[in-house]
Amino acid sequence: MGIPACSDPSEWVDRYGNYLFRYAMIRLRDRSAAEDLVQETFLAALKSRGSFSGGSSEATWLVGILKHKIADHFRRQALEAPLEDADLRELPDPSVFDVSGHWTSGPTDWGGNPADLYREEKFLEQFKNCLSGLSPNHANAFTLREIEGADTGEICKVLNVTETNLWVILHRARMHLRRCLETHWFNRSMEKGP
Amino acid sequence: MLSCKDVTRLISESMDRSLPLRKRIGVRVHLLICRFCARYERQLLLIRETARRIAAAEDRPGEPSGETLPEEAKVRIRQAICNS
Repeated sequence: MGIPACSDPSEWVDRYGNYLFRYAMIRLRDRSAAEDLVQETFLAALKSRGSFSGGSSEATWLVGILKHKIADHFRRQALEAPLEDADLRELPDPSVFDVSGHWTSGPTDWGGNPADLYREEKFLEQFKNCLSGLSPNHANAFTLREIEGADTGEICKVLNVTETNLWVILHRARMHLRRCLETHWFNRSMEKGP
Repeated sequence: MLSCKDVTRLISESMDRSLPLRKRIGVRVHLLICRFCARYERQLLLIRETARRIAAAEDRPGEPSGETLPEEAKVRIRQAICNS
């Protein structure tokens, strides 16, 4: 008799529940959707237990299933709320550039050593808040590109957009995120300074 | 001549695909003389790096920090596993 390829499913929730939930939360930014996908992941895993080879860790196997569920979720969202003009329109604040396309007031100096920021829990919190503040289409595209690390071809298929539109969406998303961080983090710390 | 507005768009685009040579050169030349656009590029790269760090930190199993699955959801999910 061989060693069972995966552990008792009744222990899955305690072992992997928090891990899968965090994984889903950072990508979906929606608690109830994240809970649902964790549940769906376990149920799908239960059905396909036979196919788990034990070649990868159980956690990796479960995350692989969750990744597909997340992509499906984005696909559904894209169908329900297709790209709007607003997603492709001009900047959050058109006054950033003058009529000739030059900065009216450029990005502020973020100072210090930005590499230290990754270790600051509060900065990461602010980053997630700013990401949640984007429109769903912007946030989903950014998440797939920068958090999942998907290539643009895959993202176009999931979100059902052309590559040209995707570049515009990602440009808008990055610009909004940058502005949000500048307003809520960097300018805030400057005010606090001596 | 590329404007700053064009260059910000192309900086983002260059993070998603390799730009055609002419555009790539245009952006590089602009960045040499425009400190605002150069700063903008550094900030976008910081944003990219931060997103990656967040993914890497949250994707490790067994990390104690961060959000946890609420207890009532755990109960519900355990139930669903038993029933299926």
